[in-house]
Amino acid sequence: MNVITMLALGLGAVLGLFLSMNAVDSGIYFHGMLLVVFCVGFAFWIWKRNGNTGGPADPNSVVDYNDDIIRLGLILSVFWGVIGFLVGLTIALQLAFPVLNLDLPWTTFGRLRPLHTSAVIFAFGGNVLICTSFWVVQRTCRARIAGGWAPWFVVLGYNLFIVLAATGYVLGITQSKEYAEPEWYVDIWLTIVWVVYLLVFLGTLRRRKEPHIYVANWFYLAFIITVAMLHIVNNLAMPVSFFGAKSYILWSGVQDALIQWWYGHNAVGFFLTAGFLGIMYYFVPKQAERPIYSYRLSIVHFWSLIFLYIWAGPHHLHYTALPDWAQTIGMTFSIMLWMPSWGGMINGLMTLSGAWDKLRTDPVLRILTISLAFYGMSTFEGPLMAIKSVNALSHYTDWTIGHVHSGALGWVGMVSFGAIYFLAPKLYNRERLYSLRLVSTHFWLATIGIVLYASSMWVSGIMQGLMWRAYDSLGFLEYSFAETVAAMFPFYVIRALGGGVFVLGSIVMAYNVYRTARGDIRDEKPYITAPQPAQA
Amino acid sequence: MFSHKKVETNSILMTVLILLVVSIGGIVEIAPLFYLESTIEKVEGMRPYSPLELKGRNIYIREGCYNCHSQMIRPFRDEVERYGHYSLAAESMYDHPFQWGSKRTGPDLARVGKRYSDNWHREHLIDPRAVVPESVMPGYAFMLETELSYADIEDHLVANVRVGVPYDDEMLANAMADLEAQVDPDSDQAEGLAARYGGVQIRNFDGQPGKPTEMDALISYLQVLGTMVDFSVYKAEENLR
Ligand code: HEC
Ligand code: HEM
Ligand code: HEM
Repeated sequence: MNVITMLALGLGAVLGLFLSMNAVDSGIYFHGMLLVVFCVGFAFWIWKRNGNTGGPADPNSVVDYNDDIIRLGLILSVFWGVIGFLVGLTIALQLAFPVLNLDLPWTTFGRLRPLHTSAVIFAFGGNVLICTSFWVVQRTCRARIAGGWAPWFVVLGYNLFIVLAATGYVLGITQSKEYAEPEWYVDIWLTIVWVVYLLVFLGTLRRRKEPHIYVANWFYLAFIITVAMLHIVNNLAMPVSFFGAKSYILWSGVQDALIQWWYGHNAVGFFLTAGFLGIMYYFVPKQAERPIYSYRLSIVHFWSLIFLYIWAGPHHLHYTALPDWAQTIGMTFSIMLWMPSWGGMINGLMTLSGAWDKLRTDPVLRILTISLAFYGMSTFEGPLMAIKSVNALSHYTDWTIGHVHSGALGWVGMVSFGAIYFLAPKLYNRERLYSLRLVSTHFWLATIGIVLYASSMWVSGIMQGLMWRAYDSLGFLEYSFAETVAAMFPFYVIRALGGGVFVLGSIVMAYNVYRTARGDIRDEKPYITAPQPAQA
Repeated sequence: MFSHKKVETNSILMTVLILLVVSIGGIVEIAPLFYLESTIEKVEGMRPYSPLELKGRNIYIREGCYNCHSQMIRPFRDEVERYGHYSLAAESMYDHPFQWGSKRTGPDLARVGKRYSDNWHREHLIDPRAVVPESVMPGYAFMLETELSYADIEDHLVANVRVGVPYDDEMLANAMADLEAQVDPDSDQAEGLAARYGGVQIRNFDGQPGKPTEMDALISYLQVLGTMVDFSVYKAEENLR
């Protein structure tokens, strides 16, 4: 096992060196070198660990779980979360105060926005998904994760992908396809990592001591498989040179548009939804200490969700040059998608039945619960925006941005925070978190941040849409474009404020996790389990 | 009776079923776009980008202009009045990848070509707020000083040919010379360039003497946007979908 790993890493290092030496642009040179550093560093580290691929956090554990790898994933998740939110705050401020673009090539909004979206979706979300999936699949199968160093390769290789992508954007290396910006060679690297991920996950499932595969794993599996399919098809490209970064996408025009949004919408559907539903299906019942509400509902909603999602892509292309029949299919399936989406929300929320009182005393459960509420909200808003006449107003405006962030901050963010708080004490074998009161502080900061963000974007989005189409009494367009830009200013400031509060919350979380890892317990007023009269 | 238990207890069966279920939608929606003729109407005037325009387009992509600008005019009265004739599928047939965008922080650029002078674009790109005080667009003054790198321009055209853009042998052979000629109307090459790329605009876009800059390339791209199809002769009814 060690020999094979070392050989593969040696090969990787040679390839990186080869790329760098023949590079036709500085991007490839730099990225080739990064690959060398990665492979050499990884190999050195394997050698140092001397065959120890990781053990359980709890020394008394019966199963020889690999928790070391999950601990690394947890640290990376928190780290990338804070970074991604900070970049979000930066671009929010740039829209309000354009001097902050600095007019340097590397710092303009156009280059930093993809940095934000990739940092929050792929770096933060991706690390949360990988690390929770490794936890969940081991616990629900009561088996150690498959592959000695393979899971390490998944986590470290995935983070190399993120570093390649992020440094690329700043240097101007991008395909310009939303959520698929990395260039061809980074895409190939991700494909390799992803295939190993699938094999590790399937391998662990096959080792299971339980006859049934638990629901959460269905969602993780669907997420891994579908993302692989989408990623490969959407990114097929012809490099200009095999030693240069630039490539041309195989598809063009209207076909490219549909393939892109088939990918893009299902990046939402499988990365930001199915994967996180996997998290929900494990951590909500665990934290509430109740079984999942309905097993039957899980089956129905799982299959209908993954079937319907794939069809909904064209709602990103309403009234464009995409043929009408495709737009109509997209709209129809988007509306149908409301049902399985709410099926998941109901299954999660109803799991709390009989345990509602815990919401008062368990701030972690409160965070998980509000994430479901936001999930329900954004999956109601989504089908609404997919109706063509509504989309005529909302498309191209900040309304979309409001929708994105009520889903992203409210659902993806919150459910991740809940999982992180659940895992932190377990992974460091602590009795409990450093502070539950700080979890509550985080809950409130995040919620206030989301409310400020989403409401300001709804107002500005609808206003923007109405101003663009407003006519004066003489039948002329009432507003110049510049006037509509100026009108957005107050809302951009409020949004940035909301973002700032949200960032603050994530820093509180990072602190709490850090103190938990150190084994500290904060001296604070405990939450009393029995109902208590409200305090002044 | 089929029981879900079979699926739940067999990871390979589950993998295969998932793959089947998630493939259907994409196949049904995407495949027809490649063989239904009505997807892309035939219109006069569409041609591949000239080498300089292509370089400009790559700068547009590199700087992420698409994060703030769409290139897709929808068929609504206000959009048509604000931006011009609604966009046709054919107009992005040589776009690898497409640049329709999803957000209009700035106005649509699908037909910005020939709407402003080169000089306006140059001043606007250097410092948008000097031209439009309300603007939140970043400034790109560095492009004026950055020489365009185009030693590999022929490779770029070849890569485009490989994905289906009809550059012919003459275009490939002349790629480098054509690129230089587009900023130099007095050169001998200019005539051939104009013949190869119908309606191509040949002039010194950045207003500076010397080698082509990134500013030259970007402005040449902005100036061609939406100008290839002549809408005074285009008849929508003949192309009804
Ligand atoms: C932060 C978002 C943002 C980015 C990034 C951006 N722009 Fe803009 N752009 C705007 C805004 C807002 C306006 C409207 C105000 C103005 O004219 O400056 C605008 C206006 C324009 C106009 C004038 C359009 C018209 O019809 O009046 C052009 C041309 C333009 N931008 C080109 C570009 C190019 C080329 C890039 C990339 C190098 C770019 N923009 C990047 C926001 C942006
Ligand atoms: C502090 C928190 C955050 C702030 C301040 C913030 C800010 C922003 C801003 C300003 C934009 C650009 C909007 C525009 O172009 O007009 C943006 C886009 C985006 N953000 Fe965030 N963001 C935050 C967190 C997140 C999180 C947690 C996620 C996902 C998990 C996310 C996902 C996205 C996506 C997908 C887009 C692109 C939207 C689109 O193209 O329609 N953001 N964000
Ligand atoms: C039933 C579920 C959903 C439906 C039908 C839906 C529908 C839509 C629609 C119609 C748009 C606007 C497209 C446009 O006009 O450009 C959109 C944008 C978006 N939605 Fe959703 N949505 C759903 C759930 C979610 C969730 C849960 C999230 C996030 C976690 C999310 C993330 C996004 C993102 C990131 C975009 C912006 C894409 C872009 O333009 O860059 N959606 N969605």
